[in-house]
Amino acid sequence: MSTRIYVPRDAAALALGADAVAAALADADVQIVRTGSRGLFWLEPMVEVATAGGRVAYGPVRATDVPALLAAGMLRGGDHALRLGRPEKLPFLAKQTRVTFARCGVIDPLSIEDYRAHGGGVGLAKARELGPAVTIAEVTESGLRGRGGAGFPTGIKWKTTADAPGERKYIVCNADEGDSGTYADRMLMEGDPFALIEGMAIAGFATGAGKGYVYTRSEYPHAIATFDAALKIARREGLLGDGFDIEQRVGAGAYVCGEETSLLESLEGKRGQVRAKPPLPAHHGLFGMPTVVNNVISLASVPAILAQGAAHYKAMGFGRSRGTMPIQLAGNVRHGGLFEAGFGLTLGEIVSEIGGGTASGRPVRAVQVGGPLGAYFPPALFDTPFDYESFAAKDGLIGHGGVVVFDDTVDMVRQARFAMEFCTVESCGKCTPCRIGSVRGQEVIDKIMAGTNVDKNLALLTDLCHTMKFGSLCALGGFIPYPVMSALTHFPEDFRRPLHRAAA
Amino acid sequence: MADQEPWSRERAAAIIAAEAGREGAALPILHALQAEFGFVPREAIPMIAAALNITRAEMHGVVTFYHDFRDHAPGRHVLRLCRAEACQAMGGDALGAYARDCLGVDWHGTTADGAVTLEPVFCLGLCAIGPAGMLDGKPLGRLDVAGVDAALADAV
Repeated sequence: MSTRIYVPRDAAALALGADAVAAALADADVQIVRTGSRGLFWLEPMVEVATAGGRVAYGPVRATDVPALLAAGMLRGGDHALRLGRPEKLPFLAKQTRVTFARCGVIDPLSIEDYRAHGGGVGLAKARELGPAVTIAEVTESGLRGRGGAGFPTGIKWKTTADAPGERKYIVCNADEGDSGTYADRMLMEGDPFALIEGMAIAGFATGAGKGYVYTRSEYPHAIATFDAALKIARREGLLGDGFDIEQRVGAGAYVCGEETSLLESLEGKRGQVRAKPPLPAHHGLFGMPTVVNNVISLASVPAILAQGAAHYKAMGFGRSRGTMPIQLAGNVRHGGLFEAGFGLTLGEIVSEIGGGTASGRPVRAVQVGGPLGAYFPPALFDTPFDYESFAAKDGLIGHGGVVVFDDTVDMVRQARFAMEFCTVESCGKCTPCRIGSVRGQEVIDKIMAGTNVDKNLALLTDLCHTMKFGSLCALGGFIPYPVMSALTHFPEDFRRPLHRAAA
Repeated sequence: MADQEPWSRERAAAIIAAEAGREGAALPILHALQAEFGFVPREAIPMIAAALNITRAEMHGVVTFYHDFRDHAPGRHVLRLCRAEACQAMGGDALGAYARDCLGVDWHGTTADGAVTLEPVFCLGLCAIGPAGMLDGKPLGRLDVAGVDAALADAV
């Protein structure tokens, strides 16, 4: 019998040559299974061989390494410089608590048999046994909060939608993962799409919705293809049906469509401009009907919560942030990857111990947490626990869990300028503080960089950020002050170096 | 990006008709048109407006809101480079400047020979292997000058 060998098909693994590795292995007596990624990107493409003693990993494997690996007896788990041993024993994986990502990188993402063999489908069966009301109560009891960034309790959102009158209801999955430094949604949709489908089916059952939409960003062609393929299989295999179906829609490059009301407008075929709230989408959402809008990770966490019980999930975490969070290490970091763990690790543990510091080997100077709307934290704040409230208390946010590391070559006034520039490009234009404020903010920072009336312009920038924060309609204009003001607060010296910059 | 069809009113009408019955059909229609023609031809706007029973002005507003939809044909290949923070932390800005220099175009520009269009993108979800890019939908990671050169060599 030929040896089973696992080669990832995750977009990041493909970017590092996974297809060429699979092609090089195809000549050997092997059965190749394409999986998602385990999320250890400095080791991708990470190839795993099924042996009598469990899987043995090798990585990072290039196609040119394959002949030597085969000669070294890779198919029996033989020794080689690239041999990593049992993947579960790798410290980066061994220290994690994989709940939502338990199957990602392990199974064939499009094999319903694999999915079921690894616990898939149990949550939906449990929900049907419990009935809609008890299912919602379980989700509420688990303490699950929206993993897209806002952190709103998922169970309460479901209850509001379930109780709202409407001739039809919708489950909308926000897969418009636009934050730089985040890729958890992409990995899950490429590596375990049935988990999302099952989570949405549970949400539909619990709230009485008959239709689900997944709004996926166009920058993720591999996730889109895998998810569409998974939908076809799910319909055939009965994971969908029974009064609930899902359709995937593709975004069109607008960051603001990750904001839930803008996403709904876009799904309706309009410009992706935000709506004023209230009314809440739970009352008045897609096409005016009661709608649950949840992030991919929130929905994909639900099957495991139901399968294992709310108490089990709730037991993990920290403070009011319960359960696990997939932290995504990115940017200039030695061990970049997805680390799912209970809330409460400190930022320093995440960056220095788990991430291993910078990839460049230079000192860490700043860490941006929570995407382009998140604050820049200096190492002095590394004792901050990773949870919703602790980050808010330090004028930051955890957002969707992205952690972007910068070394000491970063120029923080440029990062502040980029935040404003990004907002000028991505503002939906509906409210004045965001539409005009971001343009003015960029101009003011240009003056500061040129050394013009620096004190006066810094005061103006601070005032402008205040206006944007409290006057904007949604989180884009409202949160852009976080990266700008945190850069100014924690790295003021970078805003007063015009001569240095002119020379550079 | 090859195999894109020249404008055909009949073909556009068929594409619009195939999608128009869906809830919120505008984006599926626009994506389908762009997949066929490489961009959203101006002539198609009133046709979509008529199919969806909205004004041409409204439809124009929708098309121009989204970064993805082009109003003219791209080059034979499209190179997208990530400009977002995680890639900046790995030298993405300098790489973008290098690519613009090599190609002699600014962002969104197409080389004079029509071979390559250079587009900025804000995040491809390849943030742990930056700087990242995409050539005709093929993901690229840990790009450096040599990587951009190789991608461009592939694109000629």
